[in-house]
Amino acid sequence: MELLNILFVAPFVDITSSPVFFAEVVIGGLMTGVMYSLVALGFVLIFKASGVFNFAQGAMVLFAALTLVGLMERGVPIPLALAGTVLVMIALAMLIERMMLRHLVNQEGIILFMATIGLNFLLEGAGQIAWGSNVKVLDLGIPNQSFEVAGILLNQFDLFAAAIAAVMVTVLAVFFQKTTIGRALRAVADDHQAALSVGIPLKTIWVIVWSVAGIVALVAGIMWGAKSGVQFSLSLIALKALPVLILGGFTSVPGAIIGGLIIGVGEKIAEIYWGPAFGGAIEGWFAYMLALAFLMFRPQGLFGEKIIERV
Amino acid sequence: MFYRESGQFKTSYQKDQQVFPIAQDRIFIALLLVVAFAVVPFVADEYWLQAVIIPFLIFSLAAVGLNLLTGYAGQVSLGTGAFMAVGAYATYKITTAFPEINIVIVFLMSGMVAAGVGIVFGLPSLRIKGFYLAVATLAAQFFILWLFNKVGWFFNDSPSGTITAPPRTLFGIMISGPEATAEVRYFVSLTFLVVFTVIAKNIVRGRIGRSWMAIRDMDIAAEIIGIQPLKTKLMAFAISSFYCGLAGALSVFAWLGGAETEAFSIAISFQVLFMIIIGGLGSIMGSIMGAAFITLVPIFLTNMPAMFGIPMATDLSKHIEEIVFGGLIVFLLIVEPHGFARLWQIGKEKLRQWPFPY
Repeated sequence: MELLNILFVAPFVDITSSPVFFAEVVIGGLMTGVMYSLVALGFVLIFKASGVFNFAQGAMVLFAALTLVGLMERGVPIPLALAGTVLVMIALAMLIERMMLRHLVNQEGIILFMATIGLNFLLEGAGQIAWGSNVKVLDLGIPNQSFEVAGILLNQFDLFAAAIAAVMVTVLAVFFQKTTIGRALRAVADDHQAALSVGIPLKTIWVIVWSVAGIVALVAGIMWGAKSGVQFSLSLIALKALPVLILGGFTSVPGAIIGGLIIGVGEKIAEIYWGPAFGGAIEGWFAYMLALAFLMFRPQGLFGEKIIERV
Repeated sequence: MFYRESGQFKTSYQKDQQVFPIAQDRIFIALLLVVAFAVVPFVADEYWLQAVIIPFLIFSLAAVGLNLLTGYAGQVSLGTGAFMAVGAYATYKITTAFPEINIVIVFLMSGMVAAGVGIVFGLPSLRIKGFYLAVATLAAQFFILWLFNKVGWFFNDSPSGTITAPPRTLFGIMISGPEATAEVRYFVSLTFLVVFTVIAKNIVRGRIGRSWMAIRDMDIAAEIIGIQPLKTKLMAFAISSFYCGLAGALSVFAWLGGAETEAFSIAISFQVLFMIIIGGLGSIMGSIMGAAFITLVPIFLTNMPAMFGIPMATDLSKHIEEIVFGGLIVFLLIVEPHGFARLWQIGKEKLRQWPFPY
């Protein structure tokens, strides 16, 4: 009885008794969700265009943030440092294509996945050797004040992050749908061989996708870094982006966003209202369980492409 | 010239079906076993056994287990660490609750417990495939470790939150706990590895292994020819988790002597996955070679600066180690995506013609 109460009654009583606090929890969750989405977005881009499940996305986030902070620490003005980091990420994409992907064409997904884990180690090590492994403060002058709307506490920084994410998704959507390169990207995602046969340069496309993913990683790195400092743990948020991906579907940009929001909100609500029933710290696995339960009903995720199997 | 099957005629079906059809292979394996059982424990010192060889044996067992699931049945799992934890904690619970039960039986029982947990977390595999499944198994990884951390019952409410291997004897010899010598623990690990490798080899070349491979290659087609996906996939999860659970139990009782959930983190899951990919998916031999590579290389890399007398800050050498390790993995995958098992095979082909290749 006690258990039933704590599971099914008390949380709802809490929610209805203070709706303002609930709203704050939801908004807090949405903001974290935006951050997850930003990381998941990089995964989706690469998976869509090259079928590579890029585990190194988290390391790329860390690497980009470290490079940016490293440049700024050496007295480079912010706009220049940003441009420099973008250039570094593009160079990295070219290097990855040249040294790794080109040699692994046509391998199975799991082999490519493993190669990106190797890349993950490489980037983590290289980034920390080049720029040091201590925690760094990233200050881009984004305002970070809280204010109240209808009794709900909001944070300017979070709103800013949400705006950035929205802008980025819009730009990416336009890029994918309207430009020639975007069309080529979608063609490659559909069928490598068919794309090659109509004259789409696969190698260039891969460089472009990895560059775009690198820039997305930079944005995610800036947001996370400004919030909690640039440090090694940044690369671990990739693990948090995984349930987001399976919830939203590996191949869908809107899926990454919505999945991120669902996971962010779900996690916060579960931790605050149901956490005490389980003894706390359920944030670590709740997202995975949620995603797992969800997959039972839709094995391809929310917006993933329907899996059609032929014998 | 020396490695050739010419002249070795098979005169019965039994001979035709043996694991090593070529006499030279049998000699090689026999020599290897003799060295492992009779030479290594007397040559290697305490440090080598404890830091290098015992972990290699234990991870080999885990890698063989994961290879059954991922390499043979085609179900990618990132929950190896958790299944190992189940084995370790189950052994601890059973042996502290019933100290009179023989420790080997306890090991096998906790393997069974791990198999049961594996079946539960294998259930989604009936609907989810590929990377979706891989991520879904992460649920097992995080949930089980959280459970073992949170619920005091699992570690007998010990204030440190850790489990420690109590002293247990087998045939009057101390095999676990602080009193057990490294040699004895080496023998225990080695015996388990050898016995269960032989079992695994025979599972995969029999009916069960063939049904796994059919499921891996195309599950719909396998279903049409009469293989039950439910039974086959769950069996793969159960047997694989049994192996992992056993490896986990050994890692606490024969290697670490005590552990907390941190010892079975997601890093371990990835490490074992690395072993089977580097070693070769769908190869028992490959799993063991992969385990050797993944356990030895970091130790080698850590000791290398000291070996050449280059002074180096620890965090710098750790990062360099990461870079070299990551680079090696990428390099190996590019050179031979099918792993050491394939290299071994190619080597054998070459050896047959040596020294007169056409």
